[in-house]
Amino acid sequence: MYKTNKLLKIFVIGFLIFLYAPAVLLPIFSFNSSQVISFPLSGFSTKWFGQLLNEDTLHDALLNSLIIAVLSSALATMLGTLTARAASRYKFFGQKVTMGFILLPLILPEIILGVCLLTVLIQLGLNLSLWTVVLGHTLLILPFATLILLSAFNNLNISLEEASLDLGMNAWQTFYKIILPMVTPGLISSLLIGFVISLDEFIIAFFLTGVDPTLPVYIWSQLRFPAKLPSTMALGTILLIVSLILVSFFEYYRRRIEKYSQALTRGK
Amino acid sequence: MKATNEDLVHAIVSLNNIKKSFNDIVAVNDVSVQIREGEFFSLLGPSGCGKTTLLRIIAGFESPETGDILINDKLVNSTPPNIRPTNMVFQNYAIFPHLNVQENVGYGLQNTKLTSKSIKNKVDEILDMVGLGGFNFRSSSALSGGQKQRVALARALILKPRVLLLDEPLSALDKNLREQMQFELRQLQKSIGITFILVTHDQTEALTMSDRIGVMFDGIVDQVATPEDIYTKPATKRVASFIGNMNFFRSNILSSTAESVRVESDLLGVLDIDKVNIFGGSKAKVSIGIRPEKFKFKKPNGGKKVKSLAGKLIQKTFLGENLLFSLDVGKKANKVYISLTPSGEGAYPKVGENVTVYYSLNDLLAYFEV
Repeated sequence: MYKTNKLLKIFVIGFLIFLYAPAVLLPIFSFNSSQVISFPLSGFSTKWFGQLLNEDTLHDALLNSLIIAVLSSALATMLGTLTARAASRYKFFGQKVTMGFILLPLILPEIILGVCLLTVLIQLGLNLSLWTVVLGHTLLILPFATLILLSAFNNLNISLEEASLDLGMNAWQTFYKIILPMVTPGLISSLLIGFVISLDEFIIAFFLTGVDPTLPVYIWSQLRFPAKLPSTMALGTILLIVSLILVSFFEYYRRRIEKYSQALTRGK
Repeated sequence: MKATNEDLVHAIVSLNNIKKSFNDIVAVNDVSVQIREGEFFSLLGPSGCGKTTLLRIIAGFESPETGDILINDKLVNSTPPNIRPTNMVFQNYAIFPHLNVQENVGYGLQNTKLTSKSIKNKVDEILDMVGLGGFNFRSSSALSGGQKQRVALARALILKPRVLLLDEPLSALDKNLREQMQFELRQLQKSIGITFILVTHDQTEALTMSDRIGVMFDGIVDQVATPEDIYTKPATKRVASFIGNMNFFRSNILSSTAESVRVESDLLGVLDIDKVNIFGGSKAKVSIGIRPEKFKFKKPNGGKKVKSLAGKLIQKTFLGENLLFSLDVGKKANKVYISLTPSGEGAYPKVGENVTVYYSLNDLLAYFEV
């Protein structure tokens, strides 16, 4: 038993190194003064970060990505709210099949999704633009938003809604005063996770964007120039930190959903 | 004379031929009950008997398929819950977890034209009444079960409803707290005079708190009466066996006169039972019922009305407030239960002894077999 314990430790350490080494290398090389990405490190420098400030195309790409991420996460959260409410409160014909189709993009290969969307959009005669990327990302995020919101709505005890109605509020007031505050942690996590997914999504953005690149598309294009590699790594470091912060917030709000549902059952 | 007075009291809730089913299961089957203004009314029955459905129909969360419901003489069949003059205390209390005590209790007043200051005063007043004075800014997740129950009560009472509906409000509390709350609820109801309708499966709760009880089985209200009448004159065999204990003896009817019916049972022999103690239709077979506490070991005075039953004492169980004896009366392995309040005086028969027990004909109830 002692032996297996030791083996298990080694396995876990090796596993963690495999998982996180690339993420650790990213900030290390972004502060390295040499243009060549290799050990030994030549010296500490923040010049690659400084370089980012002067890249106009990068700024445009970042702005594009932010617009797309905000719009698509908002759109997917709105649709996800309606889906989750319908699935948690009502029983209707074809409910399971409908839910299955909404969650399908989770398992569909993105490259297939990208090709299909491109074909459909061209058939419809739509010009490729940031808006088509928003549509594509909304489709991609919707399953995540739906699953997060479904847990928020399922945890919402129906007697709370009934109590509000019973105390003289109408359906709209009940939604505004009870349902909305109760599912707010779910809404925030859905927005955050949608934002992060959209921000670093490459394939669909690559297929559907026209002349305006998103951030990942811009990064991909920069890889052709070895001189741009260190500043790309600096950009990656910033994105990594931002993503970590957003995901921490996401986790915080996800736990709030659980706390609310526990508060109802505790002390019974 | 008592009955005539009570009949004159205004019915605040009037249920007329209410029927409700879910899919193929009939939850409430043609129920008609009049609930009087200012009374403490309990709907009592085993789980799944439809009592909660009936309460939800009064609250407006369910609508009856057929039948009419009147609250304060107004037809409310299609009135939504937020317009009805009823408020409810939910089984799980349904305290809003994102609001504190003050916001929970004042919730229903937000819709009125009251200023926030007068809402605050009203909340203080009602919190004092339910014994939670000073709890205003306590988070609802920091409340114990009993405190949540009081908040739920305050939140409903602050709107001064005509009828307060309580859905098994005490079932989640431990025994001591439950008994204390039973007493407090009863006191509260008498002091504010609002009609309370309580749903419960706990017969002690219903018997101790209510002015009247409606006993329900399988969607049907078998009997509506005072706790005393429910216990001493249960109208059906299932009410008789649900409330307290009852010994039953199968019997055949021999003959009947204007005042009494002559029956014969294997164990009790031939007996004349008063017609006032006979319930149900008119079949050839009846069940004779007698409460365990109606048997006596000493022969009471009562002349011809007193009958006896002999058997062997096979078990004695101490239950705290009373002693329960089981008597083997031989024939058909029928066990008869006898209950006594221990007085501390005199010796009780021992297990294994042959004893004779006495009962009065007046204590027998008879139910026609369905």
